[in-house]
Amino acid sequence: MKHLDFDVIVIGGGHAGCDAAHAAARTGARTALITLTKDSIGVMSCNPAIGGLGKGHLVREIDALDGLMGRVADRAGIQFRLLNRRKGPAVQGPRAQADRKIYRESMQAEILATQNLTTIEGEATDFIMKCGRVAGVVLSDGSEILSSAVVLTTGTFLRGVIHIGDVKRPGGRMGDKPSVLLAQRMDSFGLNLGRLKTGTPPRLDGKTINWDVLDTQPGDEEPVRFSFFAREPLAQQISCGITHTNEKTHDIIRQNLKRSAMYGGHIEGVGPRYCPSIEDKVVRFADKTSHQVFLEPEGLEDDTVYPNGISTSLPADVQDEYVHSIVGLESAKIIQPGYAIEYDYVDPRNLTPSLEVKSVPGLFLAGQINGTTGYEEAAAQGLVAGINAARAAIGLEAYTFSRSESYIGVMIDDLVTRGVTEPYRMFTSRAEFRLSLRADNADQRLTPLGRELGCVSDARWESFASKMDALAEAKSKLEQLSLTPKQVASTGVRINQDGQKRNGLQLLSFPDVRFSNLIAFDASLVDIQDETREQIERDALYINYLDRQQRDVDAMKRDENHLIPDDFDYQSLDGLSNELKLKLGRVRPRTLGQAGRVDGMTPAAITLLLAKIRQFDRKRTA
Amino acid sequence: MDTIYAVASARGKSGVSVVRVSGPRSIVAAEGLTGKMPPPRQAVLRKLVDRDGVHLDDALVLLFVAPHSFTGEDTVELHLHGSLATVSAVLQALSQVDGLRPAEAGEFTRRALENSKLDLAQVEGLSDLVEAETEAQRRQALRVLSGALGDKAEGWRRRLIRSAALIEATIDFADEDVPVDVTPEVVELLDGVLSELRQESSGTKISERIRDGFEVAIIGPPNVGKSTLLNALAGREAAITSEYAGTTRDVIEVRMDIMGLPVTLLDTAGLRETDDVVEGIGIARAIDRAMLADLRVFLTDGTSGIELEPREGDIVLHGKGDLLGDDDASISGLTGQGVSRLVDRIGEILIKKAGMAATATRERHRLAIDRGITALETARIEVLNGSDRAELAADDLRTAIRAMDSLVGRVDVENILDEIFSSFCIGK
Repeated sequence: MKHLDFDVIVIGGGHAGCDAAHAAARTGARTALITLTKDSIGVMSCNPAIGGLGKGHLVREIDALDGLMGRVADRAGIQFRLLNRRKGPAVQGPRAQADRKIYRESMQAEILATQNLTTIEGEATDFIMKCGRVAGVVLSDGSEILSSAVVLTTGTFLRGVIHIGDVKRPGGRMGDKPSVLLAQRMDSFGLNLGRLKTGTPPRLDGKTINWDVLDTQPGDEEPVRFSFFAREPLAQQISCGITHTNEKTHDIIRQNLKRSAMYGGHIEGVGPRYCPSIEDKVVRFADKTSHQVFLEPEGLEDDTVYPNGISTSLPADVQDEYVHSIVGLESAKIIQPGYAIEYDYVDPRNLTPSLEVKSVPGLFLAGQINGTTGYEEAAAQGLVAGINAARAAIGLEAYTFSRSESYIGVMIDDLVTRGVTEPYRMFTSRAEFRLSLRADNADQRLTPLGRELGCVSDARWESFASKMDALAEAKSKLEQLSLTPKQVASTGVRINQDGQKRNGLQLLSFPDVRFSNLIAFDASLVDIQDETREQIERDALYINYLDRQQRDVDAMKRDENHLIPDDFDYQSLDGLSNELKLKLGRVRPRTLGQAGRVDGMTPAAITLLLAKIRQFDRKRTA
Repeated sequence: MDTIYAVASARGKSGVSVVRVSGPRSIVAAEGLTGKMPPPRQAVLRKLVDRDGVHLDDALVLLFVAPHSFTGEDTVELHLHGSLATVSAVLQALSQVDGLRPAEAGEFTRRALENSKLDLAQVEGLSDLVEAETEAQRRQALRVLSGALGDKAEGWRRRLIRSAALIEATIDFADEDVPVDVTPEVVELLDGVLSELRQESSGTKISERIRDGFEVAIIGPPNVGKSTLLNALAGREAAITSEYAGTTRDVIEVRMDIMGLPVTLLDTAGLRETDDVVEGIGIARAIDRAMLADLRVFLTDGTSGIELEPREGDIVLHGKGDLLGDDDASISGLTGQGVSRLVDRIGEILIKKAGMAATATRERHRLAIDRGITALETARIEVLNGSDRAELAADDLRTAIRAMDSLVGRVDVENILDEIFSSFCIGK
């Protein structure tokens, strides 16, 4: 018997692939990363930005588990903005414009420096199958690499087709070829495939933009970084430009609608509603006479500008015409026309919560192939697939991220339970426990877990532990305070005079009470670092709501404790509609809680299901 | 699975009381009391004896074998003589059997549901219909069954989802082209839903009355003919009447059907200053019950003042009208003068009240609606606090929407995102 070459093979060096390979290697698996070219590792193929609302939360969570995306983005960031800065911390999302080149090079350097991780250039064309399990991959040169698990992160490369107007050609990304052979092998697994589309705007030459007439958007004065641990030196910071489409732009688009790939009937895939093409915007919101366009520089030494807001599948000549109708872009030169791309995705309901294909043990899928969009969503899935592929290879049980502990858990549960109807993107409103799942406490939520899973380094763990010590010490000081509203008011704070004594943490949940107001009552509080003070303020703000959320979490966990047997027969469930039987049969939820989140479930159906599970349990124990 | 037991018929004194035992040990338990079981579905008269050999009762014993029973489990029914003492002795004897415990409220029906003997809709419909005693109750039960409540809840939910979508849009798409201040529209939506919910909640109390009966208290000074009137209304000697003042010391209830509405008439102790401790307690109780009742009929003797102020809509009459002569303002239980006129007036007043009944009829509905109201009140405050507390307003809205869900079905974030994407042009 031939030795295994690796424990885990990761196919694809995009955002999902990089964090998958790095996570598998961190978790202790001998890992190989197979990519078409080493140069293409860490390429940002869409907009040059990382983070945002919901997405920034994911990046923080990846970082809390010692993943790559956060610290690479910190290094590449050329404009940092904390979105929703004026709202509560639960809905603040860090975001950064990234220098593409720095991002790519930092990512490649990280991958290269990772122990346990080997990079192989080549095209994976097939899997090696053993007893129904995936046991390695075949490259286009015929060579075979054996492993216990494979993580597939093909992005848009599965039967990718690029559309510019009525011109179309196969391709996974501008300039790259699609993975047709692998797609055929995937077909043989009998998975449910669907088709999605996404688009990009034309790229402009920044030297030809009339910046003088445009508004600019600078970054925050104090950049908020992604990583809890690494303190990367900041690159030079820049501003973005802002311009708007106008009626003339819209007229040009309307007149040429038929020539757009989308409206000319060339595209069957479903595009995301939150990232519509400019054609879509003009058609669907016909009464709007103007749309915002952000002009995002792609790098410090790169003149390319990404005009965020005008992605399109119109022919190149129409793109020229409408771009020139926009203020500041009158003589802008298009470096590369915008295009739409259609690609296959695997219905994620074919996957377990560890992202393993249910019917093909050993094969894990992550990223756009699962119907998601976005670098952050991809990297987070990569991390989950990487950790679990490594655990499978080492012989450990799969780990399921829960909705109550992370956005990662929310996303995975949404995907495997509900599937997708459009490219899936994270929003904070998807997280029902949003007040406890904050970007600022991702480390408190996940670093201890990461340590347990074996993917958090000693250095990060020590830094985390000392941060927690400082927090605990400060919190205990605050808890020892016992102040009347009158005492608090004496520091000039507005507070309801209800006569009730409260400790320092409770007081900080009042909107007008700040840490500095409490120093008067315990002089030693003055020694507490600003960073610790701010974190305590954020933690305290939601105290009153967290109790309620905890009750909801407990209720959810009760439902999650009702396990549904893998071979449960939904057909035999009297009183359930055929449609629900079909849906449940396809998703095969593992718990009653998950079943409750299946699209179309009703309380009555859940009650029935619970009754049957109980009967089933009774019979088994009888 | 435990074996459970409980009285299946109405509580209190009656001709027959049925004790039901359901679950795997029901046959063993019943055999401990009566000896070998009769064949299924065949009523047999048996002697019930506890384990010390004490004779408890002679009862009809009826066996249903799984799955052919109401619960789908082995079930034994004991049809006892309906005295409180007999029933409690038998329950006591059952409690001593290993593996048996008293059923929780609704547990028989729940087991019927779990064993697919009934579905959820049948359970609700069944219980409403079983409980309908009068025409108004029957109509109300039917209205619930036809989904009128669902339609209303759907309307509230739609508006709450719209509110949530507006707020979530300002949170999740802060850097997009969405309105910065959605407060006016959200507050308008919340106020609309809140006022309807409040109306529904207060109307629910009327609906509960239609289910459980309206209370009408007869109240007034002693010896003015209250008990005589009650007896005349009830057509039987329900309250003890005598010529001596202060005879009625406790509250006496008589249940009637007036114009299709279930009505409980309350005869109360006469109101007067008294040194008698027992009578004093009776008077305090009379006042409490009268205040809680849906309608009060005040009888006066024309001389002593009324110590309790009538509320709007209450009926005030001279008692002992036989001594005063026939007029609209007096009544006599003794001669029957004015009695049917009073019945008509009570009926008209209650029917008017019943007209304000809510669609929601169950306490469960009212609790959900009240939960919604509480959450919306907080949400409204947070919305007005400004956009920097938006996530808190959103959290309360989520709670309110979940409360509406518990009336009808489920909602999730996809509904909110649908609303956002159809309203705003997202995508910079």
